Order: sequence, then C-alpha cells, then structure tokens
Amino acid sequence: MTDSHGSEGHPAHLQHHFDNSRQQFSASKLGMWLFLATEILLFAGLFVAYAVYRSNHPEIFIYAHYFLDTKLGGINTMVLLLSSFTMAWGVRAAQLGQRKLLVALLSLTLLGGFGFLGIKYVEYEAKWKHGLLWGTNYNPESHDDHTGADEHAEEVEEAPTAPETGAPDRLNLEPTVVPPSATGPAGTVPPGEGLPHGQGAEPDNVHIFFGIYFLMTGLHGIHVLVGMSLIFWILLKSIGGAYGPKYFTPVDLVGLYWHLVDLIWIFLFPLLYLIH
Amino acid sequence: MSTAATTPDSNYLNVTKGALSWLLTLDHKRIGILYLVSILSSFFLGGMMAMLIRTELLTPGDTIMTADQYNQVFTLHGAIMIFLFIIPGIPAALGNFVLPLMLGAKDVAFPRLNLMSWWLWITGAFIAVASILINAVDTGWTFYTPYSTTTGTSVTLIVTGVFILGFSSILTGLNFIVTIHKLRPKGMTWFKMPLLLWGLYSTAIIQVLATPVLGITLLLLAMERVMGIGIFDAALGGDPVLFQHFFWFYSHPAVYIMILPAMGVISELISVFSRKHIFGYKFIAFSSIAIAVFSFLVWGHHMFTSGQSELVNMIFSALTFSVSIPSAIKVFNWLATMYKGRIQLDTPMLYALSFLFLFTIGGLTGLFLATLATDIHLHDTYFIVAHFHYVMFGGTVIAFLGGLHYWWPKMTGKMYNEKLGRIASVILFVGFNVTFFTQFVMGSRGMPRRYFHYQEQFTSLNQLSSVGSYIMAVAFFMIAGYLLHSLAKGRKAPANPWGANSLEWHTPSPPPFDNFDREMRGVDPYDYTGWKYDESIEGYVPVGGGDGTRDSRAV
Amino acid sequence: MATEHNHHDQVGHVVPVPLLGGVIAALMILTWLTVFVTKFDLGSLNIFIALGIAVIKGALVVLFFMHLRWDAPINGIVLISSLLLVFLFIGFALMDSAAYAPDQIPGYAPRINP
Repeated sequence: MTDSHGSEGHPAHLQHHFDNSRQQFSASKLGMWLFLATEILLFAGLFVAYAVYRSNHPEIFIYAHYFLDTKLGGINTMVLLLSSFTMAWGVRAAQLGQRKLLVALLSLTLLGGFGFLGIKYVEYEAKWKHGLLWGTNYNPESHDDHTGADEHAEEVEEAPTAPETGAPDRLNLEPTVVPPSATGPAGTVPPGEGLPHGQGAEPDNVHIFFGIYFLMTGLHGIHVLVGMSLIFWILLKSIGGAYGPKYFTPVDLVGLYWHLVDLIWIFLFPLLYLIH
Repeated sequence: MSTAATTPDSNYLNVTKGALSWLLTLDHKRIGILYLVSILSSFFLGGMMAMLIRTELLTPGDTIMTADQYNQVFTLHGAIMIFLFIIPGIPAALGNFVLPLMLGAKDVAFPRLNLMSWWLWITGAFIAVASILINAVDTGWTFYTPYSTTTGTSVTLIVTGVFILGFSSILTGLNFIVTIHKLRPKGMTWFKMPLLLWGLYSTAIIQVLATPVLGITLLLLAMERVMGIGIFDAALGGDPVLFQHFFWFYSHPAVYIMILPAMGVISELISVFSRKHIFGYKFIAFSSIAIAVFSFLVWGHHMFTSGQSELVNMIFSALTFSVSIPSAIKVFNWLATMYKGRIQLDTPMLYALSFLFLFTIGGLTGLFLATLATDIHLHDTYFIVAHFHYVMFGGTVIAFLGGLHYWWPKMTGKMYNEKLGRIASVILFVGFNVTFFTQFVMGSRGMPRRYFHYQEQFTSLNQLSSVGSYIMAVAFFMIAGYLLHSLAKGRKAPANPWGANSLEWHTPSPPPFDNFDREMRGVDPYDYTGWKYDESIEGYVPVGGGDGTRDSRAV
Repeated sequence: MATEHNHHDQVGHVVPVPLLGGVIAALMILTWLTVFVTKFDLGSLNIFIALGIAVIKGALVVLFFMHLRWDAPINGIVLISSLLLVFLFIGFALMDSAAYAPDQIPGYAPRINP
C-alpha cells in the first residue's frame, strides 16, 4: 500500500489516504497518544488495588516494604531515566539525520533496558528464595532454609525475618501511620489482647503486598520487554539508514512508548520502595 | 490492489478477487463487511442460546436441559451477545463501512490496525467459542468473584478470549478518533459532521479509555485463578467487592459503547425519512459527549446490593439520574425533527420509530432502578432483564437493523424487498414487546433472574414471554431470508435511494475502491433540498441533473 | 537548520541537547531527593512528598522527553483525560472502601499475629 503510491511527487512513506506528511505524522502521533492513554488506564487498575489496600492496611505495606532493597530500586530508577534520556536524544538524532549517533544512542537505550531487567532479576530471585511471594505462596519461613552460603550480597538482609529474631530498630520508628490496636469489628483485636505495634510483629496478609508488588513490577517488566523489542527493531532499521528529517515517525513513537514505561516506573518506585 | 481499474462498473466488491483479497484487505469497506458477517454469525449463535433459555423456561424445573446446562447457556448468551455482537456491532461493522465515506475520505487513518482489529476479533472469538466446547463457563457474563475463581469451568480461557476482543475494540476506537480528527475534508467543521460521527466519536472515547480497565480486570482474574494472587479472595484478605468496582468501571461505560452509535444511526434515519433538517443539531452532538462523560461516573449503580457503602450508593444514585438528561435531550430533538416533517415509513424508519418507543421505555425503567429503595426490591429480578433488553435490544439491535437496512443498498448495491422488510419490522416489534414487557411484570412480582426453576405462579407469564421470543425468531428468519435473496436477485440500488445528503450518498452504490472519484467537500448533511425523486431509477437525483456521484455541483 | 523549513515538510520539534541534558540532571537530583526525604519521619506528609516529586519528574519526562510542550494540544488533552479517569477510579474506590473498612474506624486496628 505504501510503496505503490510513490508517484506524483509523493514521498514513499506517505500513504494514499493522507494528503501530506504533516497530516500523516500528526495522525500517527495522536494515535500513539491514545494508545498511551490505554496503557495508563491498564495500569490504573493496579494503582487502584494498591491505593485501596494501602489505605486500609497500612501496616502490611510498612512491614513488607523492608523486604525491598531501596538501593537496587534507586539504581534501577536511574538506569531507566538515563535510557529515557538517550532515547529522547535518539529522536533528535533521527530528526537531524545523524545516522551513526542514532544507532549509538539506540544501542545505549537498549543496554539500559537490559540493565534494568538484570537488576530486576536479582531482586526477584532474592524474593523467590525467601518465599516472599503472592497469595498462598507467601512463605517467609523458607528463608531459614537458605541461611547459608548461597545468599547474595544484595539480599534484603536488613529486613525483619521472624519475630523471635527481634525486629530491626527501624520498625520502632513507625508511630505515625499505624493506628493503635484496639477493639473493633471482625478481624480486629479485642481490647487488651493485641500486641502493641512497632515490635516487628508480622501483620496478617502480608502476601497482599507481594501480590501487588509482583503484579505491578511484572506488568511493568513486560512493558520493558516489549519496548526493548521495539527499540531493537528500529535499531536494525536505523542501521540501514531508514530514518531522516523527512521520516522518523517510528523512532518518535517508540520513544514515546519507552518514556511511558519510564513514567510508570517513576511512580512505582516511591510507592513500592519508599513507604514511610 | 492500489492500481484499481476505474471502469464505470468497478467497485470495491469486484476490484480484486479471491479469499485472500478479502482476508488481508486494508479497505475499510471490506473490513466492515468482514465484521458484519462475523458479528451476524455471533448474533445467530447468541440467538440460538436465547431460544434455548426461553424454551427451557416454558415449564418450571427441567424442561430440555439440566440446571447446570442452563447456567452455561445463559452465561454464553450474555457473553456472546455482549462481547461478540453488540459492542463491535454498530461501530466495527456499520461504522467501519460508513465512517470514512461520511468524511469523504479514502480510508480510516490506520488501515493496517483496522485489519488487525478484525483478526484480533476472530482470534478472541475463536478462543471464547473454544471455551464453550471445552467446558462452558457458568458464572454469568459478569464473571463475579469469588465464584469465578473457584468454579471448575474454563473461566481462564474465555477471559483470555475477551481480553483479546478488548484489544480489537480499542483499535477500532483509536482508529475512529484519529480519523475524525485528521481526515475531515475541507469545509466539514466539527458541527457539519453527520451526527452518526458524533455518536461514533463518543463511543470511541469510551472504547479507548474504558476497555483497558477491563483488560486489567480480566488479567487479575486470570492471575487469581492461575496463581492464587489473592487480591479478590476474601479468604486471603482480598476484597471481592473490589472486583465489582473493576468490572463495572469498564462494563458500565460499555453499555454506552452499545447505545451511543445506535443513537447516531437514529439521528440519521429520523431526519432523512422525515425529509426535514435535524432539529437541535448541537444539542444532539453535545449530548453524545455528555453521555460519554457521564458513562464513567455511574458504574456503582450495579453494586447497590453488593455491599457497597451507603455513601457511595447515594452518590452513584444521584449521578445515574443525571444520565437521563442528555438521553432525554436526544429523544426530544428527534421528536421535534419529526414534527411537521413529511414522514416516509420505509423499513429503516419503522426501526427508528421502534427505537424511540422501546428506548424510552428502557430509559425510564432505568430510573426506577437508579432509585436506591426501589432497586432493593427489583435488583436481580426479571425487571432488570427486561430493562436492559429494552435498552440493548430495543435500542441497539433495533437501531443496528435500521442502519443495516438503510446502508444495505450502499454496501451491496442491491435493494431488498421493501414490503417484506416492513412486515418483518412490525413482527419483530410485536414479538419483542410480548417477550420483554412480560418480564417487567414478572420481575416486579419477584421472579429472580438467572433462575432455572421458578414458582408455579409465574408459569403463564414465562410461557407468554417464550412465545414472544419465537415470534421474534420468525422475524429474524424473514429478515435473513429477504436480505440474502436481495444479494442474488435484488434490484440494482441507485446511488441515493433515500434522498439523504451525507457524503456516502454522493458516490455510486456500491462505492468504488477509492470511495470517490473526486475531492469531496463538507456539506450540510441534513439539507435535502438539493435532491428530487426520480421514478425511473426509484431513487433520488440532484435537482440540477446527473446522478450526484460524478460532479461536485451538489456541494 | 530544523527551524528553517519548519512550515512545510519538517514535522515535529527538535529538542536541543543541552535542554535534554538539563532535564536528565534534574531527574537524577529529584530521584536522590525522593530517597533522601524518606529518611525523615514526616507523618502522613511523606507520601505526599514522594508523590509530589514523582509528579514533577513525570511532568519533566512528559513535557520535554515526550515533546508535549511543543505538541498539538489534543495530545495533551488525551493524556490529561486519561489521568482524570485514573483519579476518578482511585477516588471512588477509596471512598467506598474507606466507608466499609473496619480499620478506618478511629481507634480500631487490624489483628496482628503474635
């Protein structure tokens, strides 16, 4: 469809139902933004689940987030931001027809994607080992089976493990969010019987946090993978010099997608790792 | 494909031949036809399920199937009708064909996405139907947890199918929004667009912004079943009511995905067959957008009895009432359009009148249900069933049939038998009311929906309702019969059989591959003064001569 | 060079490298800042600060990396409407669950395993 309409001075990339490149480009852009809107609303469901459980059960989130490694999460944020930067620069290179620069920047972006997934893998593996999983798979006791030489340096050693080992000091610094234990309807403790908060005791249903954590980061990870495949595709095409000042739409659109993946991580990072 | 021959008899139907030229076509008209065939097949399947339901309910207890089979049949009736038929019905089938023509454009903005949308539909439909063959779902089309996470039927499979169907719907909506924004011809401002385009535009907004939430809902449901993630499982500290919030955040707007394009079709039909300019154009246009916006604000009215909090119940109840305002604006404007018009009772107009009557009943009974106190009594009774069939069937399906008859000559180049068309539409109207008005009575007397067995006192009403459904079946077989017959033996359709003025009638029937042989300009779609009836071709021609498809004088 | 034929075939806006560099530097600083403030206990303010910083970072990405600052307004409208729906969804879901969740009743707390 595209190629056969090259006559009458139409550029090869211009499809027959568009009048000119501007119209085609702005149509593609609008289409992409609409698609990004659907992506945002896809994630919205998970953010709703997060908001509802966090507001109803802040104790779960405060307790469980110590199992996440803020340092790794922070590094991953920076990696993803940097790859977003190289991508944005890449769009500029495509617009100006700087082919070699474009190839280099796209390769760097792809590298960033690999770095992000690599760090994510390390984090997932640690969770897996410690049985910090979703639903009925949540089984933190399996942590004890692994207290051996095979522990990674990155592992979440500062996390509270079991009540008998005592809580880390940081847990005692949480007076603001967790309401005091008192009487209440079903599922709450009668007066005088509840443990006071801030002793590192494990609240009910901690697995909810890990369910949400794996859903959010997992869905985001899938998007990273998709974005990397797209970047790989335009990288191959840009090596052949497919993009220039007249036609760089795919680079621009893939860039938008990659920035959206970044954007979602910008919100996931503080919500999952930086709970206070 | 692109080097279409431009002989006078060349049109989009005969420009290329062979199965692949259809299955891989990028032409919006052919994709529209592919969709039409697909959704009508689903409609047939869903209709068969409906017949089974009504036959089973002829007597209390076991009539032709067991209770478990009954649960599966009503689930499949709902799931097929909603996900495979009504949601893609008007936008993907009629809309795909008509929208670029109405814009005087050559195609939609993204033809390849359009084809992909159809293939996704086929894939999703195939998976959904496969789940029927493997182990049909018995949860109801709403897939409520916790039952849907514990039943042994193939929920995961059908949910996968529906997820893919959602993608297909998103692509259609995305394509329509971009097309309307970017491909309007010179002279066609937003307020010179035919009102169907406003309907399709508002529909597309909902498709794009609501469907992803269905995606994540179904994904979470599948995760719950496969991995036991526990978000919706009360035993694991999850919240089953949250599932209903998720589900209805999409599925209520989805109701407007069904009705908005139908309203667009009716706006066209009423004006054309009253031979009068549409009354209150801007009100109808903006009320479409208003309905799209309101559609996102009322989902909680499905959950009045689900344990939703009182506070939210009250908010949603109040918001639900406000939806009636834009809907009523439309109805009043349609009536005002007909007032003192020269009404022609052709088949499409009979459907439009049916729509006015049935949709009004459907809409007004919705107000009973929006009232919290009344809803406690009526919730999950046959009153609900009757209400949404009046809106979905009496509204959307009737408008779809009206639109199908209206654009049939344009799509196929053939006229159907007008007399049979009118008779069938009247039979359908009678059958519909016998079936579903009875259900209002049953429901208000307390007959619960989705029940296999019922008390003796409801027997005669149930039988009456079943008889009505058989009458409808007769009408549908008649319609199928004369439409198929017209393909083979029908009279050749003139370019403009109804005297309408939107751009699709300015090109031959069926249209050529490139839609128009000239650059089109926007016109007032509701100004019929430029056309006069010509006995010799039994269609309308421009007052100044010609057949309106070659010159641009009518512009 | 890009600005010369901006009116005809040239499509899109070319962002200067220093601007991109400035944006990424700001993003890095904000990332450090959001981790840094977590060390202080500011009560319920913590989450608002964290989200506020995230919003600023997001806005930087959207406006400059995603070109929205120079783009057609309709694209921004699309983005904003999707965000409004997200707020709507979260808002109603929270309003509802807050009204029935037991531990939202003052003084009540969920049971804790001994």
